[in-house]
Amino acid sequence: MKAKNIIVSLLLVLCTSAYAQEVPKGDVLFKGGTVLTVSNGNLENTDVLVRDGKIARIGKNLSAPRGVETVDITGKFLMPGVIDAHSHIAGSAINEGTSQVTAEVSMEDVLDPYDVSIYRALAGGVTSIHLMHGSANVIGGQNETLKLRWGLTDPDQLRFQGAPRTIKFALGENPTRGARARGIQPQSRMGVEMMLRNSFDQAIEYKKKWDAYNADKNPRKIAPEYDLRLQTLVDIMNGDVWVNCHSYRADEIYMLMKVFSDYNIPRINFQHANEAYKVAPELAAFGATASVFADWWAYKLEVYYSTAYNAAILTENGVLTSINSDDAELIRHLWHEAAKTQKYGNLSDDEALALVTLNPAKQLGIDNRVGSIEVGKDADVVVFNAHPLSVYAIPLMTYVDGIKYFDKENDKKDMRIYVDPESSIEEVTLFNREDMHRCMEGADVLSFEDLFSNKKR
Amino acid sequence: MKNIKKLFSALFMLTLIPLLSFAQEDDQVLKAEYGKFALTNAKIYTVTNGVIEKGTLLINNGIIEAVGANVRIPDDAKVIDVAGKEIYPGMIDGGTTLGLNEIGSIAEAQDYREFGQLTPQMQALTAVNPNATAIPVTRVSGVTTVWTMPQGGVLPGTAATINLFGYTPDQMFAGQKGMVMNFPSTGGGRRWRRLSEDELKKRQERAMKEINDTWDKAELYAKIENSNDVRNYPEIEALVPVVKGEMPLFIEANAAQDIQSAIEWVKGRGYKNVVLTGVAEGWRVADEIAKSGIPVITGPVQALPTRDSDSYDAAYANPGIMSNAGVKVALRTMGNENTRNLPFHAGFAAAYGMGKEEALKAITINAAEILGIGDQLGSIEVGKKANFFVATGDPFETATKITDLFIDGYKVPMTSRQIRLYDEFMNRTPGVDKTKPVIDIKKK
Repeated sequence: MKAKNIIVSLLLVLCTSAYAQEVPKGDVLFKGGTVLTVSNGNLENTDVLVRDGKIARIGKNLSAPRGVETVDITGKFLMPGVIDAHSHIAGSAINEGTSQVTAEVSMEDVLDPYDVSIYRALAGGVTSIHLMHGSANVIGGQNETLKLRWGLTDPDQLRFQGAPRTIKFALGENPTRGARARGIQPQSRMGVEMMLRNSFDQAIEYKKKWDAYNADKNPRKIAPEYDLRLQTLVDIMNGDVWVNCHSYRADEIYMLMKVFSDYNIPRINFQHANEAYKVAPELAAFGATASVFADWWAYKLEVYYSTAYNAAILTENGVLTSINSDDAELIRHLWHEAAKTQKYGNLSDDEALALVTLNPAKQLGIDNRVGSIEVGKDADVVVFNAHPLSVYAIPLMTYVDGIKYFDKENDKKDMRIYVDPESSIEEVTLFNREDMHRCMEGADVLSFEDLFSNKKR
Repeated sequence: MKNIKKLFSALFMLTLIPLLSFAQEDDQVLKAEYGKFALTNAKIYTVTNGVIEKGTLLINNGIIEAVGANVRIPDDAKVIDVAGKEIYPGMIDGGTTLGLNEIGSIAEAQDYREFGQLTPQMQALTAVNPNATAIPVTRVSGVTTVWTMPQGGVLPGTAATINLFGYTPDQMFAGQKGMVMNFPSTGGGRRWRRLSEDELKKRQERAMKEINDTWDKAELYAKIENSNDVRNYPEIEALVPVVKGEMPLFIEANAAQDIQSAIEWVKGRGYKNVVLTGVAEGWRVADEIAKSGIPVITGPVQALPTRDSDSYDAAYANPGIMSNAGVKVALRTMGNENTRNLPFHAGFAAAYGMGKEEALKAITINAAEILGIGDQLGSIEVGKKANFFVATGDPFETATKITDLFIDGYKVPMTSRQIRLYDEFMNRTPGVDKTKPVIDIKKK
């Protein structure tokens, strides 16, 4: 009996280590801070005990169990780690632009744990990101939800284990521009709709073949060809892969809801969605969600009729909304972006903070683990010197699974974990506003620059 | 009981009245007002003469006529009681393309870049569209004046100060133009189109030679411009005011080495009226900049460090490091449609070492002085132009709202397309009911 147990546990250990290396988990007691739980209001002068990477207790006058470090955060603010529902940091490639449908590829295969942007995002209080495929094609690749465990170099150790699978779709200017450059469909929003419907129809045919095969009792039956692209579309229709759709205009947002309604796909998270405010009641009725910029607009025609009140209008109309970055700089102050909904609209502190914590967690299906400070959730938290909705707030420490990955006090300036031995001089990269969007990077029909603008240089 | 109910319903009706009148504004064209205004009971941040806890600001014919705790209010002045609110001089952005760029990705909607490397005769002010959608969007956030710049090449043209209200470029012009020069860069260019070390060096040497040849010609032209033999040479002629010290030269330099080279170059040429712009790596050479005495317009502050090995907050701390070293610093967003975020760039600079007071100066009086309009703008002082705003609190704080806005003496309506869209779509009519048959949600 005992021997059997040992064998079973040995097998378990082997299985898990083959699956992914164990990630470090920490114990810590935060003492005396203001805890912004996001889900249950603010708790003054409260302690939070973390055991084995999870929030174990929240209360007054907690004492640290033996061996557990106490961090005095008196006068400081503890909030759930920021979650960015749209990011392209930590990805060594962004677009697979060779076809208008590339559902078979996944960002899982291009994780770059060495990207210093990860550390910089941690320094902005971010603990999780949704690493997304680009927007060069109508049905892009699958995305990957990550925890920013800076310093671990096995890409698998950055993955958010248990997060639902998601995929990128894209409507409007980006996919049609790519197609225009090559002389193929779709070059209009009409074509985009039909490309979506065609793709799902093909997936239904594919599924029928497999269903027939599986139902066939004949022992000499021959299996249909396996197609990962179509299988992924079937998975979408089964609800196993969640669609995150790059979109801007109200008409295309509305179109996708109609298409998904026809194919019985219940879940959509619209990304960017600058004009979602125009169809906010429809989004609410469908149950669709939106992940938007706080105030980016006018960088192309389809975002010309934007308003910085978008997030507030959506929230007030009952649409689950988050604010994302899509940018390696913006990601560093998403809490400040969230505060803009109090200038542009009148969201409460909790509503505003939820835009970058609990709401993106819900959109990514990880709200059972992160997004608020609650007993049982992962200890992914950030300590600020001031209320995070203040422009003067500075993130001081960022924890993932109770492990401190950023500490302003011990910041070494040069935080790279890999230095290219072949580079003789260090690159100086200057600000260029045209570089801000990575959505079309690597879609090499044309250069990124030409794709993104129609300037003829 | 009944009476109380009546009272409540009467009160309720009373609260509705302003709402109704507000709704009527939908069909009205809101126009700016000019004249004599007295803003009373305000906390006034003069910037140059401290804070007046409870004071009056009197403006007449576009000019600040009086400011203080005991100002006599003329009978014919329109009184605006702003009790509990704060007045600040209009914020000034030291670098934008505002008015020159309507939509980012559309070449036809952009006028900030002319073809050619040496086009100093180009004037940004000519191409400023007074009706650009981004202008009202920017000014309702308290930014009243910007430096709008031509881009690209080596000498792309002259930039101009513009007030963000007016119907012609001349109505908007705030009084100063300056020559823009992009100092040849040793830094990499675009994030995804990197050049090799050799390519960069060659490019820089070529550009340096081009620049020196051009300025040699300009200096020669300045000497012989009154002779009969001089022929029409618009590119060179445009540089003469700079050579003579009549027009400031704004040199864009960002990498530390380029900043040092630019300072050397200025010294060698003997040009006096010079400003350094960009200065992203100014923190590396802050003492040298301070020693040169050249003022700086830096930003964006909300930016990534220039090198992977730099501290994550290098760009946030940059203005403070320079200012603490003794450099006169103004800020810029380098923005277009989001120039409205200037106070937040200042807020970040303040938080990361510059301090609130210095950051406020950096987007008011310092910016005005560096841009050559310090005698007219940048502070609340008698005799200066009435460019200011009323805020519910600290204008750097994200949630603070601007309630009133004056530009060039005009009380400018607090509206923009983004606000009008909010008013229309917050509670859309019709709402979802009318569309229910279209999206069939019962399937789920």
